[in-house]
Amino acid sequence: MSDTAAPASYVREQIIAERPAPPSTVGAVGWARTNLFSSPFNTVLTILAAAFIVWCLVPVIRFTIVDAVWTGDDRAACAQATGACWAYVKAYLPQFIYGRYPIPERWRVDIVFLLLVLMLVPMLIPRVPWKRLNAILLLTAYPLAAFVLLTGGGLGYRGSFLPAEIVAPGPLRFAIEFALVAGAVLLAMGFVSWLTGSPAAQSGSGIAVVIGGLAVVFLVTGFDFGLVPVETSNWGGLLVTLVVAVTGMVASLPLAVGLALGRRSSMPVVRTASIAFIEFWRGVPLITVLFMASVMLPLFLPDGVTFDKLLRALVGVALFEAAYLAEVIRGGLQAIPRGQYEGAMALGLGFWQRMRLVILPQALRLVIPGIVGSFISLFKDTTLVAIIGLFDLLGQIQASANDAKWASPVTGITGYIFAAMVFWAFCFAMSRYAAFTERRLDRGRRR
Amino acid sequence: MASGGQDAGRKAGRAAGFINNPEVRGVLFQIAFLVVLGWLAYDIIENTARNLQKANIASGFGFLDRTAGFGIVQALIDYNEARSYGRALLVGLLNTLLVAGLGILLATALGFLVGVARLSSNWLVARIATAYVEIIRNIPLLLQLFFWYFAVLRSVPGMREKWSFLGVFHINIGGLHIPRPVFADGAALVGAALLIGILAALIVVRWGRKRLDATGQAPPSGWISLALVVGLPLVVFFLAGRPISFDVPVFNEQGPLLRRGFQAGSGLTVIPEFFGLLIALSIYTAAYIAEVVRAGIRAVNEGQTEAAHSLGLRQGQTLRYVIVPQAMRVIIPPLTNQYLNLTKNSSLAVAVAYPDLVSVGGTVLNQTGQAVEMVSIWMIFYLGLSLLTSYVMNVWNRRVALVER
Repeated sequence: MSDTAAPASYVREQIIAERPAPPSTVGAVGWARTNLFSSPFNTVLTILAAAFIVWCLVPVIRFTIVDAVWTGDDRAACAQATGACWAYVKAYLPQFIYGRYPIPERWRVDIVFLLLVLMLVPMLIPRVPWKRLNAILLLTAYPLAAFVLLTGGGLGYRGSFLPAEIVAPGPLRFAIEFALVAGAVLLAMGFVSWLTGSPAAQSGSGIAVVIGGLAVVFLVTGFDFGLVPVETSNWGGLLVTLVVAVTGMVASLPLAVGLALGRRSSMPVVRTASIAFIEFWRGVPLITVLFMASVMLPLFLPDGVTFDKLLRALVGVALFEAAYLAEVIRGGLQAIPRGQYEGAMALGLGFWQRMRLVILPQALRLVIPGIVGSFISLFKDTTLVAIIGLFDLLGQIQASANDAKWASPVTGITGYIFAAMVFWAFCFAMSRYAAFTERRLDRGRRR
Repeated sequence: MASGGQDAGRKAGRAAGFINNPEVRGVLFQIAFLVVLGWLAYDIIENTARNLQKANIASGFGFLDRTAGFGIVQALIDYNEARSYGRALLVGLLNTLLVAGLGILLATALGFLVGVARLSSNWLVARIATAYVEIIRNIPLLLQLFFWYFAVLRSVPGMREKWSFLGVFHINIGGLHIPRPVFADGAALVGAALLIGILAALIVVRWGRKRLDATGQAPPSGWISLALVVGLPLVVFFLAGRPISFDVPVFNEQGPLLRRGFQAGSGLTVIPEFFGLLIALSIYTAAYIAEVVRAGIRAVNEGQTEAAHSLGLRQGQTLRYVIVPQAMRVIIPPLTNQYLNLTKNSSLAVAVAYPDLVSVGGTVLNQTGQAVEMVSIWMIFYLGLSLLTSYVMNVWNRRVALVER
């Protein structure tokens, strides 16, 4: 490349400016041509689809917005309405949220909701630190606090097996019994460790933590905070929906992990039992499970032990959800390469250490989207408790629509639309979150 | 594992060797597990027996022979109040199968349509399908069922009026009224002809495939089998003197007000409970099937389409011979899961009082108090169905699974 004075005429001195693309391929027109009108068939399809959208959307918008009634005090406002009766939703909103929870006590429910948000949000944002502490608080302290706040706590423990001649039934007898059982368990631990010659400190401290935790639970639920007790039959609306859903999620998770490990166990008895449990619950519809929980659980229990209706539903939901979740988690366990198991074994870790420190953290992280998906269906399934006579959000709306004060041709449909919007918002948010984690996890594995 | 003293250490070591042996530990653990399980089962059975005795309920399935004493609005087989509980449950079971079977057909059709639409190159169509899936999947089925049954099907005209479609289908609050086919003598011949036609068509298709493999020429087996399946019964129908006729629902518009409306016993009435449940189940499950279909089609590599095109196959042929067979392999297992879900979800019938197995069973349970027996009948039916399905699926999977070398 030498710099010659006279440039050769056949060499271009400057690049010709890029010419704009043909107007038919860029901008809105181009987009429409490729995406909507690329062929005669597509054009017909587009027109049909547009007509369909108009046909669907116009009545919906008219009903929910244009013709809707926004204000009013009773059914007179909506009797002649051709649109949604939002005044009714506004009037019933507290009931939809709290059910028949006593009005002066509703601040307790608010605190429970607020705590849930405060603990859940940092848990869900990947960047916020202290995930471990957060999770532990969410899974242990939060349920305890929610239980005390919602029911009022102050369970009067009276103990059960020590004869009344020695100690009179009451908190003291319960405390003594608890100490006796705990001492027996610790002694047994010590004996086993003496027999096997392995140091007792490791498993002993684990057991001690469990016993201490139980003691705290009994102490807190037994302590009278001066809160007015609220019967679960007065709970309702979104409160019941969330209680059923969150309890189902929290209670089913450890059970599901156990079942998933059991199904992959090499011990035939454990494996068979796990498979039988999982297939049994997965094979039957939730509604029969709820029926079973409400009519058969009382039969299974000894005389005099009665179960709250809500608690029965919770047991049914938790067992049902555990079976589905176990299969999701098993998928994660199977996806962990063999080398991880073998590597952990080569380090000399025992089974539980292997699972706790190496396998489960990886496996659970892998199946977060699946777990969230399972939670979404659980959240939707909570509506079924309405069939066995609990008033969740849907049950509450169904009941209020027939209330004489607001009965009108559009009351019912308005209530359903409102319920649909609430459930949709929750489920859609969860599914978006699942998709977000999936992408985030994928990024780590993509090269 | 360090041990302190000489003698005691050796002894402890031997014991530790025994206890720390994984096999011994496994056996010990399993024995403990079995004991706990057995104790739990014993406790439950013991409590149940005592509770039942106290409530004066005889256990066992003897109650199935007792008179039911309640009517059922939709019975596919002969049933009235004087029949037994067992018969009532059978009616419920058939109703479950009816709504599940029809629901599966509708949901599959709609689901495939939406699933393909989601992959359409037409932006608007794809968006509509996406909106459908995202809306329907995130709203509880029970809420949708309530919506269709209590909100939509209650807003149709009352008993004395009707809406008509195509002059054949009429709808009012009493349900959907459609013509009922009446089979005279000789109708069996038409049925037989249909059966023979289908069999012959199967043979023709098989022969056509063989010809294609052998000679590369595809005979028009599609047309031949269509003629066999449709034509043969038609010919027999006319030869036998038209043995099948339709009983059209009669609607009285004149006369005293109470006499107006559909005449009882004319035509076929589909009860709104059935209709609502069918719509809700089909629409809900279709959204899931659409996702299954979409995933199945996307699982087929793009290269397959390009290879098929470069072999000279046309778009339709590519779909038929290359894409669909491979996609089906991915689609069918989750699809059967959805069918199973639909069948299990049909138990929501109890919420709108459609007399399915759970709903009828609930009535029986309330009348007799035989909770254990009733719940076990439910469990056996649904569990049997899912175990059967998973067995069939496993067999099928083994047949179509990719054979890799």
